[in-house]
Amino acid sequence: MADNLLTVSGVHTLIGPYHILQGVDLVVPEGGVTVLLGRNGAGKTTTLRTIMGLWNASQGEIRFDDHLITGLDTPDISRRGIAYVPEDMGVFTDLTVAENMTLAAANAPIDQKRLGWIKALFPPIGTFWNASAGTLSGGQKQMLSVARAIIEPRRLILIDEPTKGLAPAIIKAMTDALRELKETDTTILLVEQNFAMASTIGDTVAVMDDGRIIHSGVMRELTEDDAMQEKLMGLSLEAHQ
Amino acid sequence: MLTRLLSGDTPRSGLLTVLLLIVLISLAFAPFLFPGTKSLETAARICIFIVLVASYDLLLGYSGIVSFAHTMFFGIGAYGTALALNTSGPNYGSLIWGTLAGALVAALFALAIGLFSLRVKAIFFAMVTLAVASAFAVFVSQMSWLTGGEDGLNYKIPRELTPAFKLVNEKVLGVRINGKLVAYYLVFFASAVLFLVMLRVVNSPFGRTLKAVRDNAFRAEAIGYRVVWYRTTATVLSAVMAALAGSLLAIWLRYTGPATTLSMEIMIDILLMVVIGGMGTLYGAVLGATLFILAQTYLQNLMGVAAEATSAVPLVSTLVAPERWLLWLGVLFILSVYFFPSGIVGRLRAGRA
Amino acid sequence: MSETAIKPRIEKVPLREQFFQKLPVLLVPMLALLGLMAIGNPASWLTLTVAGLAMGMMIFIMASGLTVVFGLMDVINFGHGAFVAVGAFVGFTVLAWLAGWTASPSVMLNLAAVLIAILAAMVVTGLLGYAFERVIVMPVYGEHLKQILVTMGGLIVAQQMIYVVWGPDELHLSRPEAFQGSIVLGEAAIEKYRLVAVAIGLALFLAMRHILKNTKVGLLVRAGVENGEMVEALGYRIRRLFLIVFMTGSALAGLGGVMWGLYQETITAHMGSEIMVLVFIVVIIGGLGSVEGCFIGALLVGLLANYTAFLAPKVALISTIALMVAILMWRPQGIYPVVKAK
Repeated sequence: MADNLLTVSGVHTLIGPYHILQGVDLVVPEGGVTVLLGRNGAGKTTTLRTIMGLWNASQGEIRFDDHLITGLDTPDISRRGIAYVPEDMGVFTDLTVAENMTLAAANAPIDQKRLGWIKALFPPIGTFWNASAGTLSGGQKQMLSVARAIIEPRRLILIDEPTKGLAPAIIKAMTDALRELKETDTTILLVEQNFAMASTIGDTVAVMDDGRIIHSGVMRELTEDDAMQEKLMGLSLEAHQ
Repeated sequence: MLTRLLSGDTPRSGLLTVLLLIVLISLAFAPFLFPGTKSLETAARICIFIVLVASYDLLLGYSGIVSFAHTMFFGIGAYGTALALNTSGPNYGSLIWGTLAGALVAALFALAIGLFSLRVKAIFFAMVTLAVASAFAVFVSQMSWLTGGEDGLNYKIPRELTPAFKLVNEKVLGVRINGKLVAYYLVFFASAVLFLVMLRVVNSPFGRTLKAVRDNAFRAEAIGYRVVWYRTTATVLSAVMAALAGSLLAIWLRYTGPATTLSMEIMIDILLMVVIGGMGTLYGAVLGATLFILAQTYLQNLMGVAAEATSAVPLVSTLVAPERWLLWLGVLFILSVYFFPSGIVGRLRAGRA
Repeated sequence: MSETAIKPRIEKVPLREQFFQKLPVLLVPMLALLGLMAIGNPASWLTLTVAGLAMGMMIFIMASGLTVVFGLMDVINFGHGAFVAVGAFVGFTVLAWLAGWTASPSVMLNLAAVLIAILAAMVVTGLLGYAFERVIVMPVYGEHLKQILVTMGGLIVAQQMIYVVWGPDELHLSRPEAFQGSIVLGEAAIEKYRLVAVAIGLALFLAMRHILKNTKVGLLVRAGVENGEMVEALGYRIRRLFLIVFMTGSALAGLGGVMWGLYQETITAHMGSEIMVLVFIVVIIGGLGSVEGCFIGALLVGLLANYTAFLAPKVALISTIALMVAILMWRPQGIYPVVKAK
């Protein structure tokens, strides 16, 4: 079990009257990038939010590092070492970049060495350190959101569509940053629609449809198997072609 | 026939039916069953408050809107009738135009407030109505040249509605058949008609849409209902009903003042009656108003006895003093919002096998 | 990636827009100027302006907690007025105990008595706020309708409890010696106490701004107003933060109650619900959730209420409603609409 950092088994999530997750089984091996693919409405975001405790699972269990985290409050889940980069980035636009980062370092003052590393990964963080986060561009907000998630060492980062709506140059910067992050023992669970990007950094992959995982395995197998890609990607990417 | 009169919305609980029948029969024959001035006053008050509380339920229970301006509309109706009777003499003409004018002004006010503040949140509407109603109450007491200020207005009503008018010279069943009795039955039948009208409204397609809007405004909007329009219409309708209830009060009391119509205390009473009786069930208004007014009139005597009995225990005797009955109602109110938001009627219907 | 590809979007704001952004702040002096023109006599104007500012500051103190609580947790407390009344009663009781100090000509003793009274009032209302949050508000998070009803019920119970504890009559108390009388400035007489109220209010506003801008708790509050979920995802317990804010807001309402009571020198159990009308108007004008908006709104309401009380006393309260309507026509969400992520 030790090699799986996160195990989601048989999770159901209801949002109001809607039954979004209908028995999700997902494992995230330690130390790599797991990509969660699927078309819009398949339940990817809900899966991340349920792991983070922002929605409550009505059934099933979620284990992180062999400890049950289902039913814990979001702050407790966060403090166990899971960071979350939501789809809307969740940047506090009323605060400056510096203030956003200060809050993100929840347990201690900002580690200057680590901050230097982050500024190298995402130069705008340094450039606009004292600017209001509301004045940043979409790509810069995305960088800030990821930067917040890694300002303290975390074991697992949940990232929801970090390249959505971004220019190719920024997508590349983001991909490079995630690849470098991977080298630092951080496990990443990445929701992505951009298969080209996902396939370059993903180690393992899971595909969702209708609130269930319909395929999971090693990324390389999927990139090399055109027939399977055709079958699964038809589901997951048709809306985006 | 009876079901049609009730617009198909029957009480749907044996005990509830019995209770409602008791209230109906007691009110219909109040002058004969409970002779005496005090009990007739109480009965008329119950009739008027049933209409007032039911009209508030149109907003709170059926539309999910909290308004603190209901007494303002009640007061506008009362002052409309009172001012007309006061200025153009105690005849039916002024009684009718005063009542209509009050209802019209209430409708216009409600329209303005609704269009203005229902677009935003329920909380916003509650705050705006609270502010507007308080300002209105102060304003009315300031305009003493017109409204009599804090003292209010005393005026004459058509002679046929006063005790001086004798319909039959002998007593019937020991009761004097005079104008006061006529006035009571005017109040009773007018209240009954208004109540049935409201029952019809909530069971019409309009009423069902209101409930859909209440339960999920976002969805209702998506389906294509114009949420603001529905809510504003409900506000106007409820204001007109409240104004008419106010007119009935003005006729019955032959007096209109801030304390009987506009005060925040009455607003709180209405809130308590709706919630304890049962939100979203007009029958709750009947039970809520009846129980509350009976308690207000008679329970305080009982608490007086309790205070007397516990006078040796200092704190307890203060807690059960008759003036403190609102304390216990407040507690009851909070508990009912938590534990049975559908009130007495909801409990009775749920208990039905 | 090149630095040039990611230029910030901080452009020069056109002068016209800058003016409109600053406009809310300018509203206060504009109203004061308008008042001067309408009143004519500078001495009366000065007296009224100080009175208006004092009233505004006191309303701000009472309203600030309410608006932050709303911003942070989407909770509006209709029972907030109860804290005002309880604060005033506790403060008066303490001052009555310390009658020897308040009647003494020593300014220090006077000040000490008032400070102790304020402290006692704030502690009691802060604790009451704790109980209120746990018992009344917590079970109905996220349900506006029930919130309004339940907090209203809480107000009824609290008011009745005041009757039980302090009896049914209103309380009278004269201000301590040092706060009585006026300072004469030319032809204008300015009550000392009003200056004290302005000073306390201003100090509190500046302190609050400092806390919100420069401390971690302040940052958390501002971040929580915008996106509470994200604050939790970063590992902070927003419920605990909310409880702290709720208690602080209640304590501030208690402080406002003592100040208001000393201003009027008479208090009743109903004073809370009467002041709440003004508080609500102020909070709506300022924009639900905005401390700065609340401050400007309070000053506007205070000034306007005093000017109209002088010019046309019968329409004083109506004029504040008219102000609210005018502001809402201009900005439907209030002067400073609060950004909400959701």
